Amino acid sequence: MLGRTLREVSAALKQGQITPTELCQKCLSLIKKTKFLNAYITVSEEVALKQAEESEKRYKNGQPLGDLDGIPIAVKDNFSTSGIETTCASNMLKGYVPPYNATVVQKLLDQGALLMGKTNLDEFAMGSGSTDGVFGPVKNPWSYSKQYREKRKQNPHSKSGDSDWLITGGSSGGSAAAVSAFTCYAALGSDTGGSTRNPAAHCGLVGFKPSYGLVSRHGLIPLVNSMDVPGILTRCVDDAAMVLGVLAGHDPKDSTTVHDPINKPLVLSSLADVSKLCIGIPKEYLVPELSSEIQSLWSRAADLFESEGAKVIEVSLPHTSYSIVCYHVLCTSEVASNMARFDGLQYGHRCDIDVSTEAMYAATRREGFNDVVRGRILSGNFFLLKENYENYFVKAQKVRRLIANDFVNAFNSGVDVLLTPTTLSEAVPYLEFIKEDNRTRSAQDDIFTQPVNMAGLPAVSIPVALSNQGLPIGLQFIGRAFYDQQLLTVAKWFEKQVQFPVIQLQELMDDCSAILENEKLASVSLKQ
Amino acid sequence: MAAPVLRRGCRGRLWALACVDGGSCHGRGAPTGSPSNRIRGQSSVAQQPLHTAQKPRKGEHNWAAVVGLEIHAQISSNSKLFSGSQVRFSAPPNSLVSFFDASLPGTLPVLNRRCVEAAVMTGLALNCHINKKSLFDRKHYFYADLPAGYQITQQRLPIAVNGSLTYGVSAGKERGQVIPKTVRVKQIQLEQDSGKSLHDDLRSQTLIDLNRAGVGLLEVVLEPDLSCGEEAATAVRELQLILQTLGTSQANMAEGQLRVDANISVHHPGEPLGVRTEVKNLNSIRFLAKAIDYEIQRQINELENGGEILNETRSFHEKLGCTVSMRDKEAKQDYRFMPEPNLPPLLLYDATSLPIGADPRQVIDIDQIRETLPELPSVTRERLVQQYGMLPEHSFTLLNEVGLLEFFQNVIKETRAEPKKVTSWVLNIFLGYLKQENLAVSESPVTPSALAELLDLLDSRTISSSAAKQVFEELWKREGKTPGQIVSEKQLELMQDRGALEQFCYSVMDVKKGNPRAINKLIGLVRKATLNRADPAVIKEILEKQLSS
Repeated sequence: MLGRTLREVSAALKQGQITPTELCQKCLSLIKKTKFLNAYITVSEEVALKQAEESEKRYKNGQPLGDLDGIPIAVKDNFSTSGIETTCASNMLKGYVPPYNATVVQKLLDQGALLMGKTNLDEFAMGSGSTDGVFGPVKNPWSYSKQYREKRKQNPHSKSGDSDWLITGGSSGGSAAAVSAFTCYAALGSDTGGSTRNPAAHCGLVGFKPSYGLVSRHGLIPLVNSMDVPGILTRCVDDAAMVLGVLAGHDPKDSTTVHDPINKPLVLSSLADVSKLCIGIPKEYLVPELSSEIQSLWSRAADLFESEGAKVIEVSLPHTSYSIVCYHVLCTSEVASNMARFDGLQYGHRCDIDVSTEAMYAATRREGFNDVVRGRILSGNFFLLKENYENYFVKAQKVRRLIANDFVNAFNSGVDVLLTPTTLSEAVPYLEFIKEDNRTRSAQDDIFTQPVNMAGLPAVSIPVALSNQGLPIGLQFIGRAFYDQQLLTVAKWFEKQVQFPVIQLQELMDDCSAILENEKLASVSLKQ
Repeated sequence: MAAPVLRRGCRGRLWALACVDGGSCHGRGAPTGSPSNRIRGQSSVAQQPLHTAQKPRKGEHNWAAVVGLEIHAQISSNSKLFSGSQVRFSAPPNSLVSFFDASLPGTLPVLNRRCVEAAVMTGLALNCHINKKSLFDRKHYFYADLPAGYQITQQRLPIAVNGSLTYGVSAGKERGQVIPKTVRVKQIQLEQDSGKSLHDDLRSQTLIDLNRAGVGLLEVVLEPDLSCGEEAATAVRELQLILQTLGTSQANMAEGQLRVDANISVHHPGEPLGVRTEVKNLNSIRFLAKAIDYEIQRQINELENGGEILNETRSFHEKLGCTVSMRDKEAKQDYRFMPEPNLPPLLLYDATSLPIGADPRQVIDIDQIRETLPELPSVTRERLVQQYGMLPEHSFTLLNEVGLLEFFQNVIKETRAEPKKVTSWVLNIFLGYLKQENLAVSESPVTPSALAELLDLLDSRTISSSAAKQVFEELWKREGKTPGQIVSEKQLELMQDRGALEQFCYSVMDVKKGNPRAINKLIGLVRKATLNRADPAVIKEILEKQLSS
């Protein structure tokens, strides 16, 4: 039952094959078994069981609230949840319990979804590995998959044991691990530069970033307001569409959401043929750092479309290479501004120093934020200084416009969707990953995903195949702004063609008790 | 309310070193009707013998002062600029604070339509160009009562620009004349108010009240077209009246709904402008005038003594009547302005640009707001002068007191008396009584109807004008009697029985005789004998007749 898609389990609930409480308990038990993955910061067991009980009553009365009624979901720990601690994986917000729900959380709850817990991330979503949070790194469930382990056994160089477990990617790595390890059916991530698509690719999931303005940001603790969007992580495209149907729409509490509603509920048609489609392949995305395996999968995917009658053309997005440095300026500037509110006065961490307000601010912020966050605040404030503003911030805004225009031009030339890799390589072992610092990693890992956020476009990462190492590889589709439905329809067709294998976690389930015993690193407390 | 009625103009914009006329700029607003020669030595300038020790050097006698103002007016609205919290003065601390006002992470601003309309309305009333597209920015600084660490304002592209404010200063030569002056309005911007910090030095702690945090402000920036405290005070008073007339701000300075920062510099005419200082948080019109004049004089003295003016922030010490340097780091702070990413550009429309089929709840039509503009104070004053033939100065007085114009108009409506008579009674007697007891018009014991009835009695010559004043005094006692009742109870009617009056006169004649210049005294005696019920003209006629017979 846990291995099913959201759509399947929703049908099973309606048919009475399983009750919400049973489903909830199965997930809770799996969450406990997979605790060493460190996917969850807080497990809201009591809340979930209570919600399941209520859901069960509704099913008994034949009045479920919607397709999501009784379905376990998880939420990244940078979305405000009323009465449930929301930490952003930072000392600064340890113990902070918001008094309100983010709009997207509320919408899920209004549909009867069961909130299993809050998932791990990089501190304040700043990172691409889910390794830089105060609660420790997230482990990729594929590290323990049959597919990966068997490949490793074949490799004489690989070490035995658990020391070379893989990162999930990030920053929504906890959400990705939670869905990938079957502890829930869908999870919310956030996506500012690829934070939903990147871990989706590394964990063999569908990771969807909606158009900016389609889904409310109210209650999402911001990284970069002008680029953040709530993201959706699921096991298949239909599931992502179902969740999008629930989340999308204008929110009076978020003035940047658009008024024109999309069709609801969002049901994707099955594309019978792709002959009317034009697929664009951006030539700038073919970079030397791209792994040959991914490059060849990318090219085979293009061939697949072509062979099925679609027009596949090379397009140019000439300003792509400026995106990362431009992002660095805009991101850090907004971060410097957004983080100004964390002063220890009203909520969150406060230091013991009380000689003056300024001294209290300084110590609180030094203790509350990690190096990554402090570094970004420092750079951001530098870029915003009066003497630098024109040379950095304004220039970066202009470059951002050029990048956005690149996409507009590509779509105006007749392209329906763009096809690109999601990541440079498959997931790497943690010990490998931490050889580079956060900034270098973020700059490398975001190159295919980040320009999309500059332009506010919808994009989705679809798992395509396993690498030679037995690890998932994702490809990314990018659509026109607010053509989310069309984008997902194409993605659904593609998903059907590639038949990505299901993760084999039997071994993990059997072994997990042994793993837990050996696992000191993952001994972060499981909050209830 | 001790608001100034009218201030006398500065003598040009030149500040002669040896003869800064403090008195002329600092006359307190006395009720009209009181002697117009002002008491000297009231001003802080005059109190501080700053200029007396100076030896004027040749060619350096004249200084010109340049004054610009930044005025923050709290918008009169039910809720705050970007949140649904109520706006109310003196509510219990932290009782009007939404999640957004407290800057809880993840909350977003939602622009209050009423505040935008108030800004457009104010912009139109100040002859501004209304920008159809305006933007919001974040202005960063750390302060305990600024929970987000930044204030949302309109730095780059404000909602209204390039306007003007016309105010009147009394000319001084001819009584009742008022000279119109104009100060340019640079811009009007929408922004958030901060919370309040209450410093408890004894326990060395600071208490924060966020009730005010996020209340909508109109920042009105005036170009440095002003040259003395009085001009500034009069301009601010006019702006205050306009805001109150529009209803866009209650503009009560005592409650902090109108706060003024003044930028001040001095220079020799024809030479480049001097270094300016900023005097912050002036919270009464009187202190505004005092602070500016003090600061001008301080700068002149500083420069005359070979000193230099620092570009600094100063505050006005109300008790000492002088400005003091605030020496805060804030003045040199880099605010790191940045566009507010959570608010799309604010778009306004007019009749020509209004999108077809637009939801009226989603758009703001400038032309529609223009149509709802009430009569502005300058127009009202002109109408009063035209319609009732009153002096311009009187029209100013009528508008300067809250509710006085309405009171006046209600009296006019109900009485047969001449408008000039009504004007004189309302401005001299009625206002005089109010001032004496420091009452607002709304607190007056005398209703417009009562005054109208009283003036009718006077107009129909039922009572004499001195009897009328007696009746008025009775009315003021709030005993609930009508003027008619008072007149009959106190037997104040003018005597209609000529025979009886002649008897009085004869009896007086017995006492005095001969001297024709004594007639006035005789009249007085008769009036006294008749308890002021006799018409002096009639007494005089009778006496003259008797004397000549």
